[in-house]
Amino acid sequence: MVGSIAAIGAGLAVIGAGIGIGQVGGKAMEGIARQPEAASKIQTAMIIAAALIEGAALFGVVVALLGNNPV
Amino acid sequence: MDCSHVFKFKVNRLIVVFALFLAFFSVASPAFSQVDSVVVAQDTAVVAAHAEGESHGAKHGAEKFEPTKVIMEHIADSHMWHLWGHTSLPLPVIVYTPAGLDVFSSGNFHHGEHDYTSAKNTYRLVEDKVKIVGADGQIDEAASAKLLDFSITKNVAAMFVAIALILIVFLSVAGSYKKRAGKGPRGLQSFIEPIIIFVRDDIAKPNIGHNYAKFMPYLLTVFFFIWFNNVLGLVPIFPGGANVTGNISLTFVLSFFTMIIVNINGNKNYWKHIFLPNVPFWLWPLMVIVEVIGVVSKPFALMIRLFANITAGHIIVLSLISLIFIFETVAMAPVSIAFVLFMDVLELLVAFLQAFIFTLLTALFIGMAVEEHH
Repeated sequence: MVGSIAAIGAGLAVIGAGIGIGQVGGKAMEGIARQPEAASKIQTAMIIAAALIEGAALFGVVVALLGNNPV
Repeated sequence: MDCSHVFKFKVNRLIVVFALFLAFFSVASPAFSQVDSVVVAQDTAVVAAHAEGESHGAKHGAEKFEPTKVIMEHIADSHMWHLWGHTSLPLPVIVYTPAGLDVFSSGNFHHGEHDYTSAKNTYRLVEDKVKIVGADGQIDEAASAKLLDFSITKNVAAMFVAIALILIVFLSVAGSYKKRAGKGPRGLQSFIEPIIIFVRDDIAKPNIGHNYAKFMPYLLTVFFFIWFNNVLGLVPIFPGGANVTGNISLTFVLSFFTMIIVNINGNKNYWKHIFLPNVPFWLWPLMVIVEVIGVVSKPFALMIRLFANITAGHIIVLSLISLIFIFETVAMAPVSIAFVLFMDVLELLVAFLQAFIFTLLTALFIGMAVEEHH
């Protein structure tokens, strides 16, 4: 049972990251479409933002991973 | 600032250390190498499961395939380096116990089947951890708790391979820059130069500012170290395959370096921002706590990000391979292989992206610490 609850936790963490990175990616696309000459700057900023969001989600995944092994 | 003479000296020292290491391995490995004829459950779960799938449980029927256990074994560190089938390369075990320092080959454990008795203690391998066995034949928990393990494990050995590769590549590139001064790049040079320029122009310059040159050695080192280790981790056969950057100790050390470099180079604006922030006085105690936590939590996030990304990648690839053994049919193999191929290509991108993000965020934090107010 512990394993399946940990898996639900990991799934919830991934939902949050998915929404967040989706927003970032979508807006970056819009920005690049409006200003193609700023593409490289937007890309760098996008990757930083995505990395920060992903970091929060990965905390959740790591906790789920640790919770998976009842000691 | 021209630090090339220091660099040269350090490189010389590194070469000596590495040559000694290689000499040690080349002398020791013929004595170490061994082929076990006995099927051992612990190291060869996949092989056992494979045999199970072929003989439909006739021989290994009692042994059930547990994907979680197999996957965790493969991403964990180990005292031997599995080559193929029942053959693994034993690695040196270096332990410091209350009785003193002990150095021996992990081949003495025979895949964890046998105990090894040295002049000081008797050791046993329990779930790939070295434990001390007491006089009664049971594991001496009190003594095992005091045991310090400095072994050259699979991860350490894989790291040495990556370091050797980086040294070979970069020393040859540096050599060709000296030889062909003023001329266009050639061969390996033309592959490495754009990446170095990329780190300089897209990572260091925009984030650190005009003072970037001082931090380039660290940024380049960390970038290529993480990248080489990530890519080597994707290679399934011998010199690769270790989960080096997916090991939290290694990512801890890297992010610890970042934390030290950021805080040592922090100027007075950086420290003023932390301890005397420009906020209303009643907010001051709260802000100081938040900022001090921020000093530690930024490198902590770096550590977790690299560790979790690489470990997750390895787990996904191994899970997809495990599908074959879960369904116990060869018909699953094409599906599994197609997915693994897809994931491996994606992991190739992630390997680069994680090295990039680690370096980028390091540069960002350094930039925040050395920023001057205008």
